[in-house]
Amino acid sequence: MTREAVIEKLNEIFRDVFDDESIEVTDEMTAEDIEDWDSLTHLTMISEVESAFGMRFKMKDISTMKNVGEMIAIICASTN
Amino acid sequence: MSEPITYKTLERAAKQHTGTPISVAVLGNAATQRLSRAFAGALSLSGFDVTCFDAGYDQIDAQILDTDSELYRADPAYILLFLCAEKLLDAFRTTPTAERPLFAEHMADRIRSYLALIESRLRATVFLCDIPAHDDGVFGDYAYSQPMSFPYQMRKLNFLLSETAAADKHLRIVPLSLIMAQHGNTARDERMYLAARMAISDSVTADLALRVAREISILRGAIKKAVILDLDNTLWGGVIGDDGPDGIALGELGEGRAFTAMQSWLKELRMRGIILAVCSKNEEEAARLPFTSHPDMILRTDDISVFCANWNDKASNIAAIQKTLNIGFDSMVFLDDNPFEREQVKAVHPTVTVPELPEDPAMRLPYLLSLNLFGTSSYSDDDANRTAQYIAEAARVKSAQSFADYGEYLKSLQMQAEVTPFVPYWYERIAELSQRSNQFNLRTLRMTAADVEHYASNEDYITLAFTLADKFGSHGLISVVLLKRIPEGWFIENWFMSCRVLKRGMEDFILGTLIEKTGGALYGEYIPTKKNALVASLLDSLGFEMYEIDETGKKQYVLPAGCAAKPTHIKGTAPDPGQNA
Repeated sequence: MTREAVIEKLNEIFRDVFDDESIEVTDEMTAEDIEDWDSLTHLTMISEVESAFGMRFKMKDISTMKNVGEMIAIICASTN
Repeated sequence: MSEPITYKTLERAAKQHTGTPISVAVLGNAATQRLSRAFAGALSLSGFDVTCFDAGYDQIDAQILDTDSELYRADPAYILLFLCAEKLLDAFRTTPTAERPLFAEHMADRIRSYLALIESRLRATVFLCDIPAHDDGVFGDYAYSQPMSFPYQMRKLNFLLSETAAADKHLRIVPLSLIMAQHGNTARDERMYLAARMAISDSVTADLALRVAREISILRGAIKKAVILDLDNTLWGGVIGDDGPDGIALGELGEGRAFTAMQSWLKELRMRGIILAVCSKNEEEAARLPFTSHPDMILRTDDISVFCANWNDKASNIAAIQKTLNIGFDSMVFLDDNPFEREQVKAVHPTVTVPELPEDPAMRLPYLLSLNLFGTSSYSDDDANRTAQYIAEAARVKSAQSFADYGEYLKSLQMQAEVTPFVPYWYERIAELSQRSNQFNLRTLRMTAADVEHYASNEDYITLAFTLADKFGSHGLISVVLLKRIPEGWFIENWFMSCRVLKRGMEDFILGTLIEKTGGALYGEYIPTKKNALVASLLDSLGFEMYEIDETGKKQYVLPAGCAAKPTHIKGTAPDPGQNA
């Protein structure tokens, strides 16, 4: 899966989970940038991403991913 | 079959605030925020405007022991209490070895003391999740035979909690372990427990929330009372009119075992108090034949309260059955293998529950069981006798047709009513009738058995339970009145009656009793609902005067001085001492 395709899919998931149609994910984006992104919605987002891409994050990834860019890298690594 | 409702759907629904206000709380020893959101969402889908207090992670002790906690200030009507096995295992591991065989006993004692504290401060029903199976991998399979092991103690704890619930009307056990088993490998996610102390997955959370919300609706009266059955290819395989009694599949013949299994379940429901009725396109004589003569039929003629076999459309026949039984369409379930008939019934009676039965007869019973349609919140032997009562009712209808004068007919019934205060014998039955009565219900305030017990021992209330019998048999408990002391006299806090005994003069008999108990200083109120138009003018017809009506249709009444009850054909009798023990 190309990086662009991953980003496109993530946009859909983020808009749905965080209830904001204007979201455009970027590598630098963090929970600070999105109003509804708290510790609870974080877990919803994780499980939505996992089922959308058919992959699983490691526990370490769930708690230490710093920004969306790191998440995209993990998704790309696990789906290629 | 409809799609399952997901956690996300519930989270969205939780943001809706319309409907009947309800206050609930969630307490747990694990992370409960998502459970709280799902619970609020599930209740919102059931038509409630929810205020949900979430105690936060592991706050059970603080919230219950502190007399001024947010829990007590929130004053919830329902509390969902969730204990995860992982945290119990932590506690088990810090228990000295010698005390481990008593772990379940001690934990059950602690939970009971918490329940007692809650009951002393709140009038709430507690839904306590049972403990899902959690093997700690220490003893292997020997754990299940060894009292020193954690799995053994958890099994024992679950049993002790059910035993506690059997004796404590404020407590209900929620089968979380069953829900977890249904979800298999996706029931929990170790990463989510380690990262966020979430002990159950979102899909389990959603199902748990929906299940408890359904129990709350049941406590508030949303129960199924009757199953209406098609015959050909639903109760037996084949067509009785074509295949004859020897050719229909039942028992060992063909797919017969699937139909026998379905009948056995329906028979159990009948014995639990669910009314069975038949609605079939058939010649009546042919349709009745298997019930009287087929050796493999489990259901017999006397299991069926109303038997409707003709060539009319099914929706019309269901309307006729509804009239005979006098229960709401929304309390009926219609089972038919034919999608065309199901659609016709759904189109005409949208509130009747019409399960989409799988085509394969073998898959139908598992599907019906998965729907969990027949929840109840009480059980008494009146339930078991219900079918006999409805059959006696059919005999009364026939008898009434032979009298020219209705008064003569009433007189011939030799009716005897008995009135008692709320005594323990009646607690469960009163709660049951309170939940079942939607039409003849002045204020639609539901009572749990615990509420009934509370009123029974409170001097500010006069409690009255009425039974009625006639020459055809006993109706059992048929009406309940609760009078509350107010400065001016007595207020009719609650009055509901079974529609089985309408038009017998029972209302007048009850008014006579109320006047006798209070000297006539009586006040009343009618609160309209979608279902109780039947009693909108009840108080007027009994001689009360309305002095106020508000924009919602609520009406306030007072009984004028000197007003007496109309005479009836009902004889009052002294209570049977055996029931008051």
